[in-house]
Amino acid sequence: MQAFWLIPFFPLLGFLVTGLGFRRIRGQLAGGIASMAVLLSFLLSLIVFFEIRSTGGSLNTLLFEWMKVGTLNIGFSFSVDPLSSLMLLVVTGVGFLIHLYSMGYMKHDEGQTRFFSYMNLFMFSMLVLVMASNFVVMFIGWEGVGLCSYLLIGFWFRDHENNNAAKKAFIMNRIGDLGFLIGMFMIFKAFGSLEYAVVFEKAKAFSIGDPTIVAITLFLFIGAVGKSAQIPLFTWLPDAMAGPTPVSALIHAATMVTAGVYMVARCNVLYVLAPFSLQLIAITGLATALLAASIALYQNDIKKVLAYSTISQLGYMFLALGVGSFTGAVFHLTTHAFFKALLFLGAGSVIHAMGGEQDIRKMGGLSGKMKITYFTFLIATLAIAGIPPLSGFFSKDEILLKVFEFSPLMWGLALAGALLTAFYMFRLFFLTFTGKFRGTKEQDEHLHESPRVMTVPLMILAVLAAFGGFIGIPHLFGGEMQLEKFLAPVFSFHPQVTEEVHAPEWMLLIVTIALTLTAIYLAYNKFGRKQSTEAEMTEPTGFAGVLSRKYYIDEIYDSLFVKPGLWLSTQFHKILEVKIIDGFVNGIGNTVIRAGNTFRLLQTGNTGFYLFMMVIGIILILFFNLVI
Amino acid sequence: MILIVILIVTFLGAVLSLVSPQPGRAKWIALATSILSFLLSVFIAATPSLYNSGFKYILLGEMGITFSFGLDGISLLLLLLTTFLSPLIVLSAFRKTYRRPHVFYALILLMELALLGVFTARDGLMFYISWELALIPIYFICGLWGSTDKIKITFKFFVYTLLGSLFMLVALIMLYLATPAPHSFSFDALYAVSMSNEMQTWVFAAFFLAFAIKIPVFPFHTWQPDTYDIAPYQGSMLLAGIMLKMGIYGILRLLIPLCPDALAEWGWLAILLSVTGIVYASIIAIKQDNLKKMVAYASIAHVGLITAGVLTLNIQGLQGGTLQMISHGINVVGLFAMIEMLHVRLKSKNISDMGGIATKAPIMAAFFMIIILGTVALPLTNGFVGEFLLLLGLFEYKAWVAVIAGLTIIFTAIYLLWMNQRVMFGKPGDNLAEFKDLSTREILILSPLVIMIFWIGIYPSTFLHIAEPALLQLIGR
Repeated sequence: MQAFWLIPFFPLLGFLVTGLGFRRIRGQLAGGIASMAVLLSFLLSLIVFFEIRSTGGSLNTLLFEWMKVGTLNIGFSFSVDPLSSLMLLVVTGVGFLIHLYSMGYMKHDEGQTRFFSYMNLFMFSMLVLVMASNFVVMFIGWEGVGLCSYLLIGFWFRDHENNNAAKKAFIMNRIGDLGFLIGMFMIFKAFGSLEYAVVFEKAKAFSIGDPTIVAITLFLFIGAVGKSAQIPLFTWLPDAMAGPTPVSALIHAATMVTAGVYMVARCNVLYVLAPFSLQLIAITGLATALLAASIALYQNDIKKVLAYSTISQLGYMFLALGVGSFTGAVFHLTTHAFFKALLFLGAGSVIHAMGGEQDIRKMGGLSGKMKITYFTFLIATLAIAGIPPLSGFFSKDEILLKVFEFSPLMWGLALAGALLTAFYMFRLFFLTFTGKFRGTKEQDEHLHESPRVMTVPLMILAVLAAFGGFIGIPHLFGGEMQLEKFLAPVFSFHPQVTEEVHAPEWMLLIVTIALTLTAIYLAYNKFGRKQSTEAEMTEPTGFAGVLSRKYYIDEIYDSLFVKPGLWLSTQFHKILEVKIIDGFVNGIGNTVIRAGNTFRLLQTGNTGFYLFMMVIGIILILFFNLVI
Repeated sequence: MILIVILIVTFLGAVLSLVSPQPGRAKWIALATSILSFLLSVFIAATPSLYNSGFKYILLGEMGITFSFGLDGISLLLLLLTTFLSPLIVLSAFRKTYRRPHVFYALILLMELALLGVFTARDGLMFYISWELALIPIYFICGLWGSTDKIKITFKFFVYTLLGSLFMLVALIMLYLATPAPHSFSFDALYAVSMSNEMQTWVFAAFFLAFAIKIPVFPFHTWQPDTYDIAPYQGSMLLAGIMLKMGIYGILRLLIPLCPDALAEWGWLAILLSVTGIVYASIIAIKQDNLKKMVAYASIAHVGLITAGVLTLNIQGLQGGTLQMISHGINVVGLFAMIEMLHVRLKSKNISDMGGIATKAPIMAAFFMIIILGTVALPLTNGFVGEFLLLLGLFEYKAWVAVIAGLTIIFTAIYLLWMNQRVMFGKPGDNLAEFKDLSTREILILSPLVIMIFWIGIYPSTFLHIAEPALLQLIGR
């Protein structure tokens, strides 16, 4: 399969065709071309995946020399190993379904050609990110997906709220990107190369806790924090929901936001050498998971709940990375892509039926009118809550198990987060689909199931969300840990011999499931059984109020960075620039002119005065000659 | 020899436009000559055997002054930049009704001639003469066709930069007198001068001052925002797109080879000033309402990075700086050209008078976005390659300097994306009722720029290869 570099090429072609010919390519044709391009990538990815699975090797190709300066030699090159081949399947597979769904969702939007060209550009960037064989090519994809995210969040650009969200996303990502860049520079300085193969091979000679490696991993992690919306750079992701819902599903749930997880997993050789960085990642991940889950409890916008849920789930992935379970992180990344994409697409279907309404307080009882959406959404909700045997159960269980081996305290906190997840997801589910309809009469009459082109992707994703966990069934259930075996060539570097702590697996499992069921029951009790949602209608007070206001973090950032920054900009210009620096320059000029004006007065035209001055001059010269 | 043909063609073009019987014809003469020069430059670039040769004519033998011009990789890239941008600048003026158009176009060509002289001179005096010659046409372009307050601002610009060049003249004469008798101004003779430490420091200071004012490097920059603002757009493009590269070119051509010891001793100060300028100008750019001034401050920040990068004297910094000179020229001309298109349509260059244009003019919005992305240094656009190499060069010099300079990637995104949002997005206002999308002529101006944005971004090797031998030789000295 030497032609595997065509995988990102198809969406690029799709982007060029739909983007450049946008006068002629209208309506459904653009969606068709875009979907077809992604389908081709998916088929190629399948071939590549099975080839790698059977041979166990990797594919490499150099397209052309990109930057060759001195000892720096960056090729535009791709490589696919087990980890990236799995990512390719997730990205192109879920990506294709979302493209298909978008054909229905965006059908009546006047900008759909533009929409699909951006979507294809995104697929191209994401695939470059995944397939890169060195850090700089990864950075192409890394910033490329950021650009597409920017373009798609602000897709409806007439409304400045969307544009602000888009800008915020891009700038927060750029803060992370600076960390990534610095990390790359450090890598180049330490290893003399930016090729993965060279760097990871040379890194194995370093000892554990080497300060260089720790610094590199920390700076790379800053990049991951920005892209994957972790503390402190997570506030852009909820705002990013301003984009069309398929965008939220594709970019802000299934693929782009997991790029940080992928990057850390890709650099696992470096990270296992930096226990300090791993600890920091674990703590950041756990803190983010809890923070976002607690905020999600009190959100009433269907997409905002899902956005905080995504941040929280990404936190779990980082927690997994931090405790050294790279497979667990990638496993959860995969299952999360299925069920979270499904949740977003389901939410899109609901929003579509509700005529644009996103407030769950105005929904309710939708199960009757939208059976497919209802049923698939339920599967996804069960999956994210971690009910066996759905996919989320296996991946979350694997993470919790590894966390327990690392630290029982962190396990307890992670479990608490999982319970919050079950609670807020079922709150969302009950408020949306059960009880009485609380919207307007017009909305009630407008309610309908979405067209086939939207429900078929929902059903396929539901199958994946239900059974996707079977790729990593643990030994406990007689499974063979296929995923771990498949990824073993990538994650095989273990310099540290850790003490094998055998967690009481069965017990943990039973505790987790029992508590999760309790959380679901509580949600049912509060939001499902009772028809009234009066409690939700009133503004929450006390700590709940703080949660519903998202801990005021946006406000804090605004008064800490944005406002002082703007103030500084004005003051710099008014005082430093105009008064001091330019004032000094003009001052010199004016002094010269004034001096000229003064000395000019000496030229009186009076010969006697000139003679007098001359005599004085001669005397002074003689005098100085005598003295010196 | 072809190089001399280019110089002569440009000169003849200037004379022809000036004396053309119908002033309306002048623009066509200017366009034709500038395109011809560009084609000839491309021919040189495509024929490597041509660009390492020079041309020499002994002018005043007894005084060691030679009419000497030649090309190496660095000169060639700037030759290409100048001749590539000049036709576009001429074309951008086509629809304007200037008073005395024949003088205007003659001055643009004269400016091109002087710039080419600076970039190809092989003799200190020729360099100096071209350097000063460039000041005259731009002075008249700004002073005669500029907007409010033009006399005062142009005068300040003139005196300020002239002051800088006087220091350079003194340094050149010092060097000239230090060459073995009979003295010579040729670069080779100047390079061969061995200076005492003290003298080197003085020469360094004089050159740096001259170049720093021209570039401009913080805190010698205060002439620049006002001048860019009042200049007619073609003047702004010439100033920011090409003329400021004279300063950076001067660093490469004279400062680095002549003053290695002084640079080792004082280079940190120059780098510090440049990096301070990056942060300082970026912060100011955020709140500028006047688009031309915003681009002016952005330009100070971006050339600050170039200056800092080339002064690190490592190959990544030098290559990045050389490439970024080209990229910056392309992007800044693109920005000014598009601001003029907005200005003509809306009768304003203030952000607060704009908004919602993307709805009315999607093609314009797309071009605007691409040029902004190039300036924001998105990978696969021209800005990225240069910025990456420059920051890498700075990192190898001192890690923390690269971190501070790297803030530019955040700041640029902040002010340009915010600007783009306020100009292009939002609901279209009543002032857009008659707003038209790009005309064919405007697309003709912008398309070559956009092609270059992607060419340099995707396949920079073309240009890196051209500059490489000359730059390696530079640090090999």
